[in-house]
Amino acid sequence: MFKKFVPKDDVSGKSKVKSSVQRGIRAKILEQYPALNPYIEELIPKKDPLVLVKCHDRLNVVMVNDQLLFFNHHDGPYYPTLQLLHKYPDIMPKVQVDRGAIKFVLSGANIMCPGLTSKGARLDTDLPVDTPVAVLAEGKEHALALGELKMSTSDIKSINKGVGVELVHFINDGLWHAKIEA
Amino acid sequence: MSDSEQHADDAQPVWPPTRVLPDILYCGVCTLPIEYCEFAGTVSKCQKWLRNKDQALFAKTWPDIDLSQKLEETTIDEGMTKEQKKAEAKAAQEAKKKANQRVVIKRIERSKRKCVIEVSGLELFGVDLKKAAKLFATKFATGASVTKNPQGTDDIVVQGDVQDDIYDLVVETWEQVPEEQIELTEGKKK
Ligand SMILES: [Zn+2]
Repeated sequence: MFKKFVPKDDVSGKSKVKSSVQRGIRAKILEQYPALNPYIEELIPKKDPLVLVKCHDRLNVVMVNDQLLFFNHHDGPYYPTLQLLHKYPDIMPKVQVDRGAIKFVLSGANIMCPGLTSKGARLDTDLPVDTPVAVLAEGKEHALALGELKMSTSDIKSINKGVGVELVHFINDGLWHAKIEA
Repeated sequence: MSDSEQHADDAQPVWPPTRVLPDILYCGVCTLPIEYCEFAGTVSKCQKWLRNKDQALFAKTWPDIDLSQKLEETTIDEGMTKEQKKAEAKAAQEAKKKANQRVVIKRIERSKRKCVIEVSGLELFGVDLKKAAKLFATKFATGASVTKNPQGTDDIVVQGDVQDDIYDLVVETWEQVPEEQIELTEGKKK
């Protein structure tokens, strides 16, 4: 989604949202990431303006105090930016790719099932299709990417063919490097 | 792993816990967490940066590189895999390609006293051509338009004998366009 993201070309508008909208966004984020409850006032202080950065193809990025925190696409689930996820690494379910898959992910490719089932990969939790997941990598501490499950984890294991995780955001993509001025 | 915090207060509503890692070190060269520098395509620069920044972390991140050796690129080269070298060569090639990109400002005589200036290559430096054309038109109070050339890329054509003025304006407006990469040429009428 952000492989070729360039704020200069892809951002269509920015707006401070009304406080009622801000409360709604906060609530939705907490519903999805309850582990952030103790930290939400730090991340999205009630008194600070929340800026919604609107991008092409109905992509919205939540920005507070010049920090890009979350985004969603077509009003779908919110995803944290990877910088935020690195700071709060356990807020969402994880899958792990093997070392061999890292360079493909870094070039923006979707993750094929074998990269999730081989030795070195991990699928510890049973998760349904469409779940937003953090993508960890063999031998690395910090998340490499974020994605959405295209099959349930049990299907990934049993079918073991095709795309298992659609790549949404990865370190070194356009969003990772994006600096957007309020 | 740095300070991690567990939230399991029993009096409070129980949220699922998460660690909090406030001080992740991102590479000053490639911007990735330093454990991913090996994939960045700028490995020797990343290594140099980390070595200057934090010797202990450097030793942990690159256990195969001997710290007693002098900080020289040749030393570091040996710690690189074939793939890392390849990625680095690719990055170097891209840098070279970038250095070879040119903005060409060409003066074309249309008749005895009329001429136009054709500006090509600005898009290589991330310049929005439509906005640039508009800028030229307002600055020089003349007509400027974006047109497709036979190569299939876009040029800006500005009416009037303003080649030098365009040169100055380009240098002044777009810092990312180095002066040595701007070429002034003359062309025949079309
Ligand atoms: Zn690096």
